[in-house]
Amino acid sequence: MTDASLHASTVYEDEASFGDYFALLKPRVMSLVVFTALVGLLAAPVSVHPVVGFCAILFIAIGGGASGALNMWWDADIDRIMKRTKKRPIPAGKITAPEAMTFGIALSGLSVIMLALATNIFAGAFLAFTIFFYVVIYTMWLKRSTPQNIVIGGAAGAFPPVIGWIAATGSMSLEPWLMFALTFMWTPPHFWALALFMRNDYDDAGVPMLTVTHGRRATRVHILAYTVLLAILAIGTGFTSIGGPVYMAVAVVLNALFLIGAVRIWRRDEDASEVDNFKVERSFFKLSLLYLFLHFGAILVESLLKPFGLGGW
Amino acid sequence: MALNKEHELHSRRKGRNIGLGLVLGGFVVLVLALTMVKVTSNGFNFPSELSQGTN
Repeated sequence: MTDASLHASTVYEDEASFGDYFALLKPRVMSLVVFTALVGLLAAPVSVHPVVGFCAILFIAIGGGASGALNMWWDADIDRIMKRTKKRPIPAGKITAPEAMTFGIALSGLSVIMLALATNIFAGAFLAFTIFFYVVIYTMWLKRSTPQNIVIGGAAGAFPPVIGWIAATGSMSLEPWLMFALTFMWTPPHFWALALFMRNDYDDAGVPMLTVTHGRRATRVHILAYTVLLAILAIGTGFTSIGGPVYMAVAVVLNALFLIGAVRIWRRDEDASEVDNFKVERSFFKLSLLYLFLHFGAILVESLLKPFGLGGW
Repeated sequence: MALNKEHELHSRRKGRNIGLGLVLGGFVVLVLALTMVKVTSNGFNFPSELSQGTN
């Protein structure tokens, strides 16, 4: 091996692939954004041309991805520490932090302008606000300063169905805010369950998660409290215009299971959790993913049945 | 490890370039499709028609 070849291998070995740039957009989070925005768009009482609808979802997804890239740029220092995030493109050395920032800003601008052109200015402005909220309010400000970071920051992840609705209608009403509230109330128990079994990650990174600042017992109590409030909200939504028999059946079953899981987490102590490697917390976390997907899926089914005289009450 | 023609880096760069090309090509097609939908929709007016209508 010559000096020149050694130099080449060390400089270029970590050069980013197309997939690394895609990973910067947080594809798993983006899939949630796509799905909830699609439900918001289709549940709206206005039909949208398929091409316009496709563009709306695509640019909302790109906007969500752009905020993910900006989040990774800002959080690169703590992503290097946490086991869950240290393989992300920046800590892995594939993409530099300034590259991620430029990529995120460029995609933010593109997505906002294109959504405004494809649908309406209101939708574009709301997407811009969502990106601002996630990047500035959550990532830069709240995430490292308050244990309520997840609660308030969860709003950013809850906005996509509202943007989808606005993209279709050009106006605001109660229904998309019920979908917003569903995701908003779901986020804390979802993330706090994760924090319970990924505890060393957040401790090491110095992120003031509730588990670190108020203790694990308090976190378990908070999970139960939010799950009770979420269940009331989810069942209540079933009686509104976006609900119906299908939604109600899904909501009753899932909220019963979710409440049982939250009660089991609340009743457990740390010793019991350590023994089975947080089995209950892990299964609650998995259930939470299914919970949100099926609730929004049921809202989608109700809206798709309406043209056939079915769906809704 | 010399940077010869078959180096893994070249295939990675090729993949990145093809990916970017497809994304840009897709974007062009999407903007064209969106434009077609907009100008053929019932509510569309050319700017000249709008100004004539208001004057």
